Amino acid sequence: MPQSGKDRILTAYLLRRSLILVLSLFIAAVVLFILLRLLPGDPANALLGVGATEAQIAAARAQVGSDQPLATQFVGFIGNLVRFDLGASFVSRASVLAEIGNRMSVTLPLAIAGFLLAIVVAVPLGILAAVKANRWYGGLISVVSQLGIAIPVFWVGILLVTLFSINLRLLPSSGFPLRGWSNPGQATYSLVLPVITIALVMAASLLRYVRSATQDVLGSDYLRTARALGASFPEALVRHGIRNGAVPVISILGIELATTFLGAVVVERVFALPGLGSMLLLAIQQRDYPNVQGVLFISTLLVLLIGFAADLLQRFVDPRLRNRARAA
Amino acid sequence: MSAVDAIAPRRRLPASLTLWLGIVLVGLHVFVALLTLVWTPYDPTALSGGRLEAPSFAHWAGTDRLGRDLLTQMMIGSRIALIVGIGAVAIGALIGVTLGILSAFANRLLDDALAATFDILIAFPTLLIAMLVVAMSDTANLFSAILALGIALSAVIGRLTRILAKRVLLTDFITAARTSGTSWPGIVAEHVLPNIWPTLSVNFALQFGLAVIAEASLSYLGLGAPPPNASWGRLLQEAQGTVYTAPFGAIAPGIALVTLVIGVNLLADGLRDLADPTRRGRR
Repeated sequence: MPQSGKDRILTAYLLRRSLILVLSLFIAAVVLFILLRLLPGDPANALLGVGATEAQIAAARAQVGSDQPLATQFVGFIGNLVRFDLGASFVSRASVLAEIGNRMSVTLPLAIAGFLLAIVVAVPLGILAAVKANRWYGGLISVVSQLGIAIPVFWVGILLVTLFSINLRLLPSSGFPLRGWSNPGQATYSLVLPVITIALVMAASLLRYVRSATQDVLGSDYLRTARALGASFPEALVRHGIRNGAVPVISILGIELATTFLGAVVVERVFALPGLGSMLLLAIQQRDYPNVQGVLFISTLLVLLIGFAADLLQRFVDPRLRNRARAA
Repeated sequence: MSAVDAIAPRRRLPASLTLWLGIVLVGLHVFVALLTLVWTPYDPTALSGGRLEAPSFAHWAGTDRLGRDLLTQMMIGSRIALIVGIGAVAIGALIGVTLGILSAFANRLLDDALAATFDILIAFPTLLIAMLVVAMSDTANLFSAILALGIALSAVIGRLTRILAKRVLLTDFITAARTSGTSWPGIVAEHVLPNIWPTLSVNFALQFGLAVIAEASLSYLGLGAPPPNASWGRLLQEAQGTVYTAPFGAIAPGIALVTLVIGVNLLADGLRDLADPTRRGRR
């Protein structure tokens, strides 16, 4: 029964990969806990003004829970995370999870739109660069992808602002509406430049992976065989090449999506967007521990989930990986 | 020069544009960084001109919003960037190569544990963690940034070292060395490190660039070292506020950063092509 054997291998892989995911998340939580406790000062200080009395300090410590033994604090911390209870902000008293959800409505569209735009730009260009190898744009692509890994995303943002907002006066450099998506037109308009910023940098680095994956496909025996059997070049490339070339690119895409999400945090600052990044920065400045902890935990969760999804997707695209018991 | 060197055919210097461009760019930054130790055009903290002056003969890159010379600050930025890049890669390499080699030689259990640790650390949002560490440590910001970045890099370097070393350990010459009784530190020093070095060093260059960019991002977010040890990221952040009146300040530090990162990458690519004849001429 080969089919059930394959299923068993797949199930075993899913279990193994899920275990790694949960374990990673747990270790992330532990690191977060240690980091926040190692830092100088008691989290309770954030609640207090200058010149608080002993009694006030004790009350604040009891409220925050920093008067408990570390082990008790740790169990409570993990327990809360498991229940997705991220607590309330010290400063605004608002629920951390609700605030994160609110901020995500800016950061997620920004990251995802930038990611999709980058794929739309980089995949055709990368394939083209490999197919038309020895022309001048092969060199151009090399230069562009070198630039892609050397340019900080926030500087690209500043340059685009200088060009499109200041010189050409085409697009706004900021102005995301305070009330969020209740004014979808203005919200979308103010996200155009940030999305292009993210997409440009990501496309530049994605380009080289698409190109080298395509080059591998072009040199492959199966493509030559398909051509020898009478398939036209585009036909052979589409039928055999894309699926083969997609495998390495998907794992890169997973990493790139995670990078895009983290890049969005910095890009938000350039365009004064009220997303997750500005929430984290503000929380750090205000020593608002529940918010810092919440943002870091949710970001780590997202990054790990993206990696998980990329690994699974890769398995489904490539049957050879799917049926192998242990992934390399 | 020994007799053998004299007889051996001279290795033709590669007309490799990559390598030479890399040498020039990196050399320029190293020269400027060293120069700032003994001389800068102006005192970096002195208000040597008017506010937001455009580039002129007196101030080649203009002045910032307080009237400080921008070229002076950018030159110091070269020094900061080199310190950050070298420091972070040195810490990352020390931890990463050690653990990677250990993992390659270790028994199955330790190897699996180390490999899983690398994977988990790589999945961490480095920049966010570095933001936290840097923001919360009140003193020596630059050092904590370097340390945080170095630890983050060590996972990537560790994973790469492990894979490369394992590949070397499977070869026949290792079997021969083991049979002839070479100790494992001897195998590491004589066979493993020399063989994985070309690939590793190219990766170090890439990590150098990532560290410089990450530190600039931290500085841009206001979490970097305070002046006069300001990095390019901080210059860019300050200049962004006045980009309408003085756009040059928001452009020049970025160019400095990009030339350094590209220079290091080109240098590494060029050196690898030089060391590996099979790659020569391929691009």
